[in-house]
Amino acid sequence: MIVTFRLNGEQVNARVAGPASLLDVLRDELGMYGPKEACSQGECGSCSIVLDGEVVCSCLVLAADAEGSEVTTVEGVSQGGLNAIQEAMLREGAVQCGFCTPGIVVAASKLFETHPRPTRIEIKEALAGNICRCTGYGAIIRALESVAGGEA
Amino acid sequence: MVEVNFGRRRPETVVGLRRVAELKEWEGNRIGAAVTWRRVEREGPGAYAQAARTVGSPQIRNAGTIGGNLGTASPAGDGHPFLAAVDASIEVASATGRRLVPWNEFFVGPKRSSLQQGELITAVVLPERLPERHGFGKVGVRNAMVISTVCAVVTRDHDGRTTVALGSVGPTVLRVPAAEEMISAESNPSEADLAEFARLVSEGVRPITDHRSTEQYRRHAAGVLARRLLERCLR
Repeated sequence: MIVTFRLNGEQVNARVAGPASLLDVLRDELGMYGPKEACSQGECGSCSIVLDGEVVCSCLVLAADAEGSEVTTVEGVSQGGLNAIQEAMLREGAVQCGFCTPGIVVAASKLFETHPRPTRIEIKEALAGNICRCTGYGAIIRALESVAGGEA
Repeated sequence: MVEVNFGRRRPETVVGLRRVAELKEWEGNRIGAAVTWRRVEREGPGAYAQAARTVGSPQIRNAGTIGGNLGTASPAGDGHPFLAAVDASIEVASATGRRLVPWNEFFVGPKRSSLQQGELITAVVLPERLPERHGFGKVGVRNAMVISTVCAVVTRDHDGRTTVALGSVGPTVLRVPAAEEMISAESNPSEADLAEFARLVSEGVRPITDHRSTEQYRRHAAGVLARRLLERCLR
């Protein structure tokens, strides 16, 4: 079947086979490689996207269910250049292997969009579904706290 | 989706329910099956909202629904103890009609429900009136993204009637009638009554030893957790 939705602001038509996940369709059909596949079961958050305004794991979304929806991947979180979160993560060295980074940028961008001055606890809760296997949480939290504190 | 991702299942036909608006309706005590944990966390009654807040991660709560939790029928489902503690029913529909299934007839075993071929979970129906006090608690190895070692809801009404429902300590969510009867009769439970309540809960659960915990620990934790939740209701 063909599924039509808006991806980072543009309408796309994607070929979807049976129960394919939205993650597979984004990567394999639409060449959107920001969302990563790691655990395939919603534990790690590296495939995080924004679906109709909410951060979800794209590996757990039935692609057929994306019909008519609005999807934002890490490629679409900033308009030309990097956003404040990405700048802060660069500055603080909040990236090691980088595999979790797109998911963290998506989850954090959404947090700041709705909540411009989150506390440390709120930052940690918002990122509870994003695992950094390099355990680089210290730098990630520092980067996000600097955005919350208005240093960016 | 997880079963598909791991190649355990490859259904030829899938039906997307995400855009069925009727399933997201929430009117009074009838909560549509496609209501997400995120919404329950924000709009649900006390213990149900507390349970919702501990489901998975923000990503999971944004996508996961109460109907999906029921369909999985995991013994560890964090939404189940509330439904059991308040005697909720599950509304299911098929091409031929609708039926209301009491929670204790819905869950039949680990990951098994009485949902029939061709039936869809459409709503959770809570009683018209909820007990005055209720609380949810969960024991797990970390704060987020954790499957319960034990989870529980205790309710206490103005007349002393108390219910206790626990998950992860039996093949399905379960109630402990002996503990409920004993403590419901005490209008102002003493220290000894609370200890007896905890003992009866520990005795009444049916846990197993698996990779997440031991039978012995779960039994102990069930009693401690139930007592703490009761104490909160009594405050």
